Amino acid sequence: MKIDRRSFLGLGLGAAAGIAVSPVGVKLTDDSSIWTQNWPWTPVPEDGEITYDPSVCSLCPGSCGISVRKIKGRPVKIEGADGYPVNNGGACLHGIAGLQYLYDPSRVKTPMRKNGNRFEAISWEEAISIVAGKLADIRTDGAPETLGVITGSAAGSMPALFKRFLDAFGSPNAYEMPSLEGNLQLTAATLHGAGNTIGFDLENSDFVLSFGAGIIEGWGSPVACFKANASRKERHAKLYQIEPRLSNTAAGADKWIPINPGTEADLALGLCAVLLSKNLFTQGNFTGGFQKFTAVIQKEYSPTRVEASTGIPAADIEALAVAFAKAKAPVAVPGKGRGDHGQNLKEFAAVQTLNALAGRLNQEGGAFVMAQPEYLSFPEAAMDEIAEAGAGKEKIAGSVNKLIEDINGSDKPLLNALFVHNANPCYTLKNTQRVKDAFKKVPFVVSFSSFMDETAMEADVILPASTFLERTEDVPAGAGLPKSVIGLATPQVDPVFNTKNPGDALIQVAQAMGGTIAESFEWETYDECLEAVAADIWDSLSEEGSVVVAEGVPEGTPAVDVSYLAANPTSVEMKGEGDFTLVAIDNMRLTGTIPAASPFAIKTVSDKVLSGTQTVVEINPASAKGLKDGGEAIIATEQGEAKVKVNLNEGIMPGVIGMVKGLGHTFDNPYVAGKGVNVNDLIGPVIEPGSGLDAAFGIKATLKKA
Amino acid sequence: MIQHENAHKFGMVVDLDKCTGCGSCMVSCMAENNVPFKEDETRKKDSITWMRVYKLTNGKPFPETEVVYMPRPCQHCSGLGDHGHSPCVSVCPATATDYGYDTGIVSQIYTRCFGCRYCMGACPYHARYFNWWDPKWPEGQENYLSPNVSPRMRGVVEKCSFCYHRYQLAREKGYMEEREIEENEYQTACTTACPAGAITFGDLNNPEHEVTKIVKPDPHPDPMNKNVVGKSRNPKVFRLLERLGTNTKVYYMSEREWVRKAGDNYLDGEWDKRKNHHGSSSDHG
Repeated sequence: MKIDRRSFLGLGLGAAAGIAVSPVGVKLTDDSSIWTQNWPWTPVPEDGEITYDPSVCSLCPGSCGISVRKIKGRPVKIEGADGYPVNNGGACLHGIAGLQYLYDPSRVKTPMRKNGNRFEAISWEEAISIVAGKLADIRTDGAPETLGVITGSAAGSMPALFKRFLDAFGSPNAYEMPSLEGNLQLTAATLHGAGNTIGFDLENSDFVLSFGAGIIEGWGSPVACFKANASRKERHAKLYQIEPRLSNTAAGADKWIPINPGTEADLALGLCAVLLSKNLFTQGNFTGGFQKFTAVIQKEYSPTRVEASTGIPAADIEALAVAFAKAKAPVAVPGKGRGDHGQNLKEFAAVQTLNALAGRLNQEGGAFVMAQPEYLSFPEAAMDEIAEAGAGKEKIAGSVNKLIEDINGSDKPLLNALFVHNANPCYTLKNTQRVKDAFKKVPFVVSFSSFMDETAMEADVILPASTFLERTEDVPAGAGLPKSVIGLATPQVDPVFNTKNPGDALIQVAQAMGGTIAESFEWETYDECLEAVAADIWDSLSEEGSVVVAEGVPEGTPAVDVSYLAANPTSVEMKGEGDFTLVAIDNMRLTGTIPAASPFAIKTVSDKVLSGTQTVVEINPASAKGLKDGGEAIIATEQGEAKVKVNLNEGIMPGVIGMVKGLGHTFDNPYVAGKGVNVNDLIGPVIEPGSGLDAAFGIKATLKKA
Repeated sequence: MIQHENAHKFGMVVDLDKCTGCGSCMVSCMAENNVPFKEDETRKKDSITWMRVYKLTNGKPFPETEVVYMPRPCQHCSGLGDHGHSPCVSVCPATATDYGYDTGIVSQIYTRCFGCRYCMGACPYHARYFNWWDPKWPEGQENYLSPNVSPRMRGVVEKCSFCYHRYQLAREKGYMEEREIEENEYQTACTTACPAGAITFGDLNNPEHEVTKIVKPDPHPDPMNKNVVGKSRNPKVFRLLERLGTNTKVYYMSEREWVRKAGDNYLDGEWDKRKNHHGSSSDHG
């Protein structure tokens, strides 16, 4: 058939008319639009009745009250609890993201045993019997003192329960991770006598002189500090921040005083010297040789000398001291960053002595010397002969950092077994390789971790812990608060995985061991134990969710023993060589300790801190020497080296490299780990003589173009 | 224009002198609104953050450097002359985003959106985000999702809704109890989360609300620029790119001049002229 022009047009028109009239086109468009509106893979969260349940967050020492919003019993959101005596509404980002920890990809879902280099799942019965068996062998060998325990803190019933286990077992080797509260207790013990701690009445002070304390970067109880800081504007209170770097606290302060890294103690003592020489001090209850102290401090820490070490002009030091003394309610606050790691007793004691000289102890808006809360009463632990013998032995070391050093330095195993609870020393302590080496020298390590973190990976057996949302626990709020509050965390949801409250796991180990150890742990469950040992406050604690044990200005003027400072303890020197000083930075959106930051928190981290999988370090443009903003560089210290990106930032002293803490995790969680460098791999510890604290605030470093 | 006699006009003021840059508002927003997360969130252009905290500096060398953090939710523009023609609403071909004349809130209906992203181009505040991928939660994490906000899907735009579902809940409760809702009954998730109390949220049409007392919005058009309505009569308060006439309902407050100046772009010397003029336009208001 021949197609001429006429039939071509006819066919074409017919086809067009046919398509226009036919429902197929419309149908296809309709179908495709319906198809694009179908998302069967998008979750549809179940709806239901909304309820709010109170609990307490124990992710950090802040111990804020939280309110858990639930839909038909399913937790969907955590918010700050109004009226709670610590935070009174408001919460930090880590607490708000708390639900992500429940379903974290790196959670330990069931008890594990290490077989070669791999973990295999085992039952709770098997796990408990393995642990009990190993421990029984240690006792049979007559070396009960070779069982050690590392806990995250010393406060509350869980560390007390571990301590009790050691007592019944026969070992003095209980250690805590460095913490602000621990540092404050050590300072109080040095100056005011054992059993005390120090609180800072920030919300009533009109002049806060912060020696690098990250008041809005997670120092102390973060939300309480945020609130005290925010109210400055209405109260016309001043904040002076002494720090090498323009931290957020420095940025929000009325004045930022840049200082050479690590010389805060010199400045504090220099201010003391000015108060003494200008007779601006308050005659307090000083003991331990005040005359000698006065002479030593005025000689060694004269403004000109302090100018030389701190880099702050002598005239400014004198003016600062006078301003501090003349303020109505000044308070000096120690503890760089979060005040936990890399601190020294000299600085803490110097700052507290400054408070004492200014007459600020136990004054409104000043520093409170408070007794550590004693609300737990455990019955005497039963001890057999082995326990008695072991308990008489000397503790291996005075601090966890010294313990690691001693284990590495010894030919024979100092510890045959080690329990780790609520701590991640293989990530958090400096020179992590050193810590891992020490762990390898301990034949049997038991981890009570909720997550397969760096330390859990070094363990031989993991008894996985329920998270703070799945268990009961008393949560004492310490860490620099001017009051003492005990909170009660309650289970908000049944354990998501096959985990236990570590208290229950420990009780079961004790019972499996039999004898006097079992006798010392005669509770059925941890909950029963807590109710019994916290009997004094249990009624109000369980009904109200919290108990305020001490509040308000403590009475009396505490004694101040100046003998430690009068002896002029040596300052810790920075190790290594290089043009730069590398300092570790605390960033509110990351966590330097445990647990690691949540996916939500990591998401908020600036691209000037983490870029892709690279840590970004900050340096002043003046010391860039050819390094470009956003360019790559190699940072090297005597401890190791790493490839990083560079952020040129005017808010840091020339010659200083700022590197954030909390990155460089190596466990299996693609949202959180495998990002950046762990700054603790680049800085080695320097143990302060006397206190045993790791006082390394930084290390000398070089930075070269990659 | 539909204008109820008792229409609300929800807005907020952020005290930048109080903001600490801690990020609580960002996380509270993500948790409240089922915002997903990816393995790598460091490419900020595709990192969905309805609330984003920016860092501003005064640009001065050490040690005169100053830093301020600025939280940026959707600004809920009322558009030129306060008529509800927000930049994004005006360009949306699908009516997937709309202006609520009864609340002043700019909505976003995910299932209507077909992903043309005109609104993202129109938004002067980068407040809108596109879902380049389907959200993926690690196993089990769907368990914490809230039923009050639909999880989104690949190919749609999303943004801050001033936690509209919280308004709905409060309104329903008020309706059941036959009363108006109180100021504290409807607060956004960022406002309640802020540990520094830097955010104040409320109804700008209600003179009793704290936000109105702080902002003191001028009900009359700015004589210098009649497109600008609701300019603050508080000399410490400013809006972002105010001269565009977008009439945002998110106000910022700072004692520091350089911070207020950072809220817009100025020619050389222009700021000083404006600064001296600031507040004079409110004489008749």
